[in-house]
Amino acid sequence: MSSRTAQLKRDLTGWIWVSPWLFGFLVFLLGPMLVSLYYSFTDYPLLEPPIWTGLANYRRMLTDDTFRDVLWRTARFAILFIPLATALSLAIAGLLNERVKAGGFFQAAVFIPTLVPMAGSAMIWLWMLNGEYGLINQVIKAVLGWAGVTGPNWLADSRLAMASIVMISLWSIGQMVVVYLAALKEVPDEMLEAAALDGMGPIRRFISIVLPMISPVILFNVITLMIGALQIFAIPYIISAATPGGDPRSMYFYTMYMYDNGFRYGQMGYASAQAWVQLLITLGLTAVMFLASRKLVHYRS
Amino acid sequence: MVGRRRGGLARAFVYTTLVLIAFIYLMPLVWMIATSLKTQTEASRGTFALLPDDPSRIFQNARDNYTAVWNDPVVRFPVYLRNTLIIAGLSVVGMTLSSAIVAYGFARLEWRGKKALFALVLATMMIPFPVIMGPMFLLFSWIGWIGSLKPLWVPAFFAGAFNVFMLRQFFMGIPKDLDEAARIDGCSNWGIFWRIIVPLSKPALAVVALFHFVFVWNDFLAPLIFLRNQDQFTLALGLQLYQSKAGQTPWNYLMAASTLVIAPVLVLFIVAQGALVKSIATTGIKG
Repeated sequence: MSSRTAQLKRDLTGWIWVSPWLFGFLVFLLGPMLVSLYYSFTDYPLLEPPIWTGLANYRRMLTDDTFRDVLWRTARFAILFIPLATALSLAIAGLLNERVKAGGFFQAAVFIPTLVPMAGSAMIWLWMLNGEYGLINQVIKAVLGWAGVTGPNWLADSRLAMASIVMISLWSIGQMVVVYLAALKEVPDEMLEAAALDGMGPIRRFISIVLPMISPVILFNVITLMIGALQIFAIPYIISAATPGGDPRSMYFYTMYMYDNGFRYGQMGYASAQAWVQLLITLGLTAVMFLASRKLVHYRS
Repeated sequence: MVGRRRGGLARAFVYTTLVLIAFIYLMPLVWMIATSLKTQTEASRGTFALLPDDPSRIFQNARDNYTAVWNDPVVRFPVYLRNTLIIAGLSVVGMTLSSAIVAYGFARLEWRGKKALFALVLATMMIPFPVIMGPMFLLFSWIGWIGSLKPLWVPAFFAGAFNVFMLRQFFMGIPKDLDEAARIDGCSNWGIFWRIIVPLSKPALAVVALFHFVFVWNDFLAPLIFLRNQDQFTLALGLQLYQSKAGQTPWNYLMAASTLVIAPVLVLFIVAQGALVKSIATTGIKG
C-alpha cells in the first residue's frame, strides 16, 4: 500500500469515528440554523408556505415596542445578574478556601440547588415569595413587624419582579462556586505569603495576585453566564403564568417573546429573525469580552 | 496558607458567614419538604414551624399529600415519570456512547481536518438552543415525530459538544503505549476503544451519563415545544401543569409534587457527589 493510500485510509477512519457528531451537527444544528436564517427573511404563518419579505422582519424589530421592551429587560437582567453572581460565587469560594472544617458540607449546600429542575425552582420560589404566607415575608414580619412593616407581594409587584428573578437565579450559582474554589486552590501559597511579608493587606493581595491568576476562569464563567442570561426562559415563564395578580409584562423576556411569536402567534418568520439577532448578540458580546479581556486576563504559559 | 495566621475573630467571621450562606441555600428545599408534610390549613397559616402542630401526624400527612398528588386523575405523575425515565434512559445511553466514540476520533486518531473540526465542536457550544428551536420543531413535525418522544432522545445519539470535549481531555490522558501494544497484537480501533479506552474511562463516562441525566430530567423548553399532548409530558412539564390546572392548588400538595420531581436528582447527588463536584472543578478550570 502506498503512503498516499495509507494517508487516505487514516483520514477516512478519523472522519468515520467523528461522523455521529458530524451528522448531528449538519441535521440538528447547521441545517436548522440555515433554515431559520431563510425564514427570518420571510413571512411564515406556519399553515401557509413562507413568503419572501426581505428585511421586513428586521425592520419591524426597530419599531416594535414589545421587542424593545423585552430586549431591554433581558439586558437589565444580564447587567444585574452577571456581576452579582460573579461577586457572590467568588466570595463564597473565597470563604471555602480558608481551609474550613466541614468545607464539603458547605460546598454541597450551595451546589445542591443547581440540580433542582427550573420547574421545581419556580414552584419553590412561588411559595417562598408568596405575598401572604411566603417564608420570606414571614421573616420580614417577625423582624420588622413591630414597626408596622409588612413584606411586599414580590412576584405580583412589577417593581420587584426583576429583583425576584435575579434572586431566584442567584440560588443556582453553585457550579461556579465549585469552579472558583478549584481555581483559588491553584494560587500558590508561597506567593501570598511573600506578599503578606511585604506588608500587603488581604484586599491588595486579592486584587494584585489572586484576581490576575484566576482571570481566565472568571472570563470563562462570565461568558457562560452571559450566554445563559440572554436565554432566560423557564423561571419567568412559569412564575408569570402562576402569578394572576401580577403584571405579566414585568417578567417578559427575550426568549419568551420569541417563543410566543413562533409557537403561539404563528409568526415563525419574525421569531426566526429574533433568533438570529439573539445569536448575533451572543457571538458579538463573546467576541467583545475576549478582546476586552486581552489586557486583563493573564494566561500562564 | 495565609488564613492559618488569622486570629480567632477572623475564623469566627468565616464560619458564621458560611453557616448563614448554607442556611439560606438549603432553606428553600427544607421548607418545600416541611410544607409537603403539613395539612392544608397548617401550610397556609404563616408560621415558622417546620413540623405539623401534632408531629406524630407527619406520616399520616405525608401519606395523604403524596398519594393525592400521585393519584391525581388529571395530572398523571406516574405517566410523566415513565415518560421521563424513557427519555432519560435512552438519551443517557445515546449521549454517553456517541460522545465517547467521537471523542476517541479526536483524541486517539491522526487525520487531516481534525483540528478545524474540533474547533467547530467547541464553537457550537455557544449556539443558544432558542436559535434553532423553530426549525427543529418544523423538521420533527415534517418527519412525523411530533406526538412521540423521539425529538427528545434521538438527537442524543449524535454526541454533545461539551461531552466530546470532556471525554477527549480524559482519553488524551490515557498512555498511548497501551494502544500501540494492542495494535501490534492485531487489535482494531474498535477493539482498542472497547477493550482499553472504555474500561479505563469508566469514571469519566459515568460523569457524562450523570450530567446528561440531570440535564434531561430538568429540561423545560425542549419538552414544552416538542411534546403536544399531556400523555407524553415529562415531570418538569407535569409539575407546571399541576400548578396551573386549578389555579388554587393547595401549597402542601404543590410542595409534595415538587419534592417528587426534585427528589431523584437529589438522591443521585448524594450517591455521586464526589464525582460530580470534581469534574465540574476540572472542566471549569481547563475550559
